[in-house]
Amino acid sequence: MPFPLDLHELGTPVTYTIFVFIGIGFGFMLEQAGFGRSTKLAAQFYFKDFAMFRVMFTAVITAMVLVFGAVGIGILDFRKVFVPGTYLWPVAIGGFILGVGFLIGGLCPGTSIAGAATLKLDAMVFLVGVVIGVFVFGETVPYFMGFWSTSDFGRLTLPEWLGIPTGVIVLFIVVFALLLFWGSEVLEKRLDGADPADAPKARYFGAAAIVLVALIVLLLGDPSTADYWDAVAADEQARLDSREVQIHPGELLGLMNDTFVNLVMLDVRDERDYNQFHLRAARQTDPTLESVEAAAPDLIGLTPRSVIVAMSNDERDATEAWKTLVANNVINTYILEGGINEWLEIFGEDADPKPTAYPDQLAFTFTAALGGRCVASDPHSDDFELIYEPKVVIAGPAAVVGGGCG
Amino acid sequence: MAIKPVGPSVRKGKAPDPRPFPNPYLVGVGLGVVLFLSVLITGDGLGASGAVQRIWAWIENLVAPQHVETNIYLVRYAGGEAQPLNHWIVMLAIGVLIGGFISGLIGRRVYTEIVKGPRISNNTRLLFALLGGSFVGFGARFARGCTSSQGLSGSALLSVGSWVFMMAFFAGALAAAPFFKKLWND
Repeated sequence: MPFPLDLHELGTPVTYTIFVFIGIGFGFMLEQAGFGRSTKLAAQFYFKDFAMFRVMFTAVITAMVLVFGAVGIGILDFRKVFVPGTYLWPVAIGGFILGVGFLIGGLCPGTSIAGAATLKLDAMVFLVGVVIGVFVFGETVPYFMGFWSTSDFGRLTLPEWLGIPTGVIVLFIVVFALLLFWGSEVLEKRLDGADPADAPKARYFGAAAIVLVALIVLLLGDPSTADYWDAVAADEQARLDSREVQIHPGELLGLMNDTFVNLVMLDVRDERDYNQFHLRAARQTDPTLESVEAAAPDLIGLTPRSVIVAMSNDERDATEAWKTLVANNVINTYILEGGINEWLEIFGEDADPKPTAYPDQLAFTFTAALGGRCVASDPHSDDFELIYEPKVVIAGPAAVVGGGCG
Repeated sequence: MAIKPVGPSVRKGKAPDPRPFPNPYLVGVGLGVVLFLSVLITGDGLGASGAVQRIWAWIENLVAPQHVETNIYLVRYAGGEAQPLNHWIVMLAIGVLIGGFISGLIGRRVYTEIVKGPRISNNTRLLFALLGGSFVGFGARFARGCTSSQGLSGSALLSVGSWVFMMAFFAGALAAAPFFKKLWND
């Protein structure tokens, strides 16, 4: 997945040049749409001119099918795309205030810049107004910071929220928008006497083309963990093979006792083994692909100084889980070297070894299912003198480059 | 106050003769392609209000740096070593200015003008532009984005919050419309 480009690698001058050019395209289209003129925008809300609605929703569905088409064919990694976070109430209230202001002033921040570029004095004054609004917000927000940060659902998309495949949502929105366009033409004819027959026939071809692309998005489906793993396999398999990510039990014990590290231990053995014995703070997840995938989203949003260690009885299931996590963009992830069996070999003084018949089998027996209550579940680090090569390097999150409206 | 149209697309002594705007669906496709390219190349959508925020934070930091340091919101933008203007969204806004100007030149629409409804004076229009602008500036920061980022970009990327924003935005504008008829209609 070559896109989005790694802007840090490109360097600031190149990156900023790209943004200036994107801005030129943006400003050009806004002005071509007539959005520099307040009267044209406001007329939408008196149903006298449907350009604002049509331009905006055509742009939304065009960009949507192209973005998810690019995701579907595997050239764009959607997880690296900045999606505005969902702060439900602040977004609803802010949107409403913005709507009222839009009707009074006839413009929005982007269109007022385009209007100012064509010397529209009202657009320039409007921009001064935006500065005043921004100033008032900046001075008052400390008093309602709590509310402004409420109802934070993070990065939440419609497919995730509804549990419906992206392609279905995309197709639904395209059809919905086309119906609204058709409705707007009927309304226009009734209210303003405009004849839809005067509009270019090409718009039917456009509508058909966009439905076609939406259908392709639906057919391609959402990328799977295997697709994501393929994209990173070259680097990550090498790290596995050179054993950079398999950490010695002694290092894990050190992490368990390090108050500056937020350690997440993911035990991917079945519940039976977990109940027999597990490390004290470890959480259990079934070794299946679905279970580990389901655990990944929570592990992405962790605090910066977090380390995740996957473990199974030896290394087989833990390695698979590690690959799933890494493919799903979880950072600072490691594998417990030798698994629980090696851990018990070192720390399990009271555990009895037993022969194993197949890989990733627990190689010790316990008199009772002690779970996390064994001494070996949380051994005293002072009691052991272990020599190992430390491997954990805590990296900061680097997935999302930008940050929306900055 | 009378406004005499002056600008690069108006010849001396001649009335402005702007070209008509192209078909909105066509422009919508163009805008959608620009947004797609932005997401594809940079991983970020389009935006505008963030640039205003950053330019203002820069000014405020020049005038009252101590005040900025103690404001938990502004300190993110201009506190300590932070350079508020050193951000992609400011570059994007510069591009919008250039792109709008180029488009205006092609459409012969670059001339001084106060765009307003027929029933109000220039001063009334400018007063309401200032008022509306301040509502929009406040609302945009409250919603963590404006019509460009939350509305256009976020909706295309299927953000739940952005669709809520869109509905709230249209609701706000439609709710206000009956009270401000005089501003925009004959």
